[in-house]
Amino acid sequence: MEITFEHVTHSYDVNSPTANLGLDDVTLKIKNGLFTAIIGQTGSGKSTLVRHINALLKPTSGTITIGDRVITSDTNNKNLKPLRKQIGMVFQFPESQLFEETVEKDIMFGPMNFGATETEAREAARTVIKLVGLDESYLTQSPFDLSGGQMRRVAIAGVLASDPETIILDEPTAGLDPVGRKEIMSLFKDLQVKGKTIILITHNMDDVANYADAMAVIHRGKLIAQGFPKEVFNNQELLKNDLITLPKSAEFAKGLMQQGFHFDKLPITIDELGTEIKHQLNGD
Amino acid sequence: MDKIILGRYLPGDSIIYRLDPRGKFLLTFYFVGIVFLANNVASYAFLLAFVLFAVYLSKINFGFFIKGLQPIFWLILFTVALQLFFTPSNHPIWHWGFLTFSKEGMVIAAYIFIRFVLIIFISTLLTLTTTPIEISDSIESILKPLKKINFPVTQVALMLSIALRFVPLLVDETTKIMDAQRARGVDFGEGGLIKRIKSFVPILIPLFVSSFSIAYDLAIAMESRGYKDGEGRSKYRVLNWSKRDNFMILFMTVLTIILLFLRSY
Repeated sequence: MEITFEHVTHSYDVNSPTANLGLDDVTLKIKNGLFTAIIGQTGSGKSTLVRHINALLKPTSGTITIGDRVITSDTNNKNLKPLRKQIGMVFQFPESQLFEETVEKDIMFGPMNFGATETEAREAARTVIKLVGLDESYLTQSPFDLSGGQMRRVAIAGVLASDPETIILDEPTAGLDPVGRKEIMSLFKDLQVKGKTIILITHNMDDVANYADAMAVIHRGKLIAQGFPKEVFNNQELLKNDLITLPKSAEFAKGLMQQGFHFDKLPITIDELGTEIKHQLNGD
Repeated sequence: MDKIILGRYLPGDSIIYRLDPRGKFLLTFYFVGIVFLANNVASYAFLLAFVLFAVYLSKINFGFFIKGLQPIFWLILFTVALQLFFTPSNHPIWHWGFLTFSKEGMVIAAYIFIRFVLIIFISTLLTLTTTPIEISDSIESILKPLKKINFPVTQVALMLSIALRFVPLLVDETTKIMDAQRARGVDFGEGGLIKRIKSFVPILIPLFVSSFSIAYDLAIAMESRGYKDGEGRSKYRVLNWSKRDNFMILFMTVLTIILLFLRSY
């Protein structure tokens, strides 16, 4: 399912004295099956942007095409379920959406809403709980007895249970420890390899460098850059104006350049950096 | 949620903003009281002129005040309609069954309408120009005499200011949880009554749970910063009563006298 934004503008509180612009003429294509990262400063409109993809928000003007669905300002709230089934959304701090008595019931909640039978939903719960790194014994526990990290996993499982084609992640690893962070990110990368489209909002440039195939930069509601991470991180214009920060490897490479090393393109992952340094040292 | 203007603070600066919140708070109540003194065209026109003048002084976009009327628009319409058709009259213009439409009815309906507008405008003016924390400080200051009868004024003021502080946060949290559940396939406002009520469980439970955890975290944070109980604390925000506020009281007194005069005129 390809997602296309065409001249999408979104204004909060239209026709009121407090109206303010969330998105300003955004034209963006999110390719099927890729891992796309969306970055930008706090309040730049990233969350506003992704809420359009499952029609939680509708554009004030412009159109969004998701597969064969077209969303415009006139789209009404009926019949959005098929769309929301295909687009899973993991919100920031998703653990706050848990409410059922048991983990199992909570995970089953999504699939049941989308019309799965109880047996199917139970089966789905059993599969996804393992996917997020917990075992079946957690299914009978109350979600409120779990630790913060485990609650996060259960919440993510609840979204994955409806088997969405596209998964939107709004800073899924915020507040997790480094191990948990890596586990969760690898889980999403695996899902992408298996054919899902992943859209990730993040402030962590290393995650962008390590996992994303494409990226988009939002600044004050405007899309200011999009492309391969390697290209975007080498965009001198953006760097000069402090609109993006570099991943650690690129930062390090920049330091090395002052010591006489030369890079045609800044390496953005540790592996690339390593290969590049090795190559240059051997070459000399 | 974003549409409710009444009760919202709007940052700004004008003479109304600089008035002492205690004075503003009490005078607003006082004004709502004296609105009921008005009984003829002249007195209503006078009050309306006063409110519009106050709105003008606040330098706030007039659109906000119109917006403030919106949530209770139907209530106003309903009340006005009742007055319009149920006022008994000896010279009805139009008569059908128990419905009468007369000049007296029209006048009373117009009065009721203006009364609503006056009260909403003046209370919108208070909340738009006064931060919630100023309002809770004023309430604390006004309730102070009750300490004599062992009423826990400081505790009540603390609860009030915490509650006010967390209203916007809880509104945000509610919106977020609603969005999250919508993304999981919940339809709010669809289906029969029972189904609709049931669809609110996935919002209410997370909201309660997060309120508990916020309360717990806040209590720990307060204790670790040395909060014991309300007694024996000094104050950071000190309310200042100035000449401007005395002038305001004088102004209100003159207003009342003129109003009493117009009333019997």
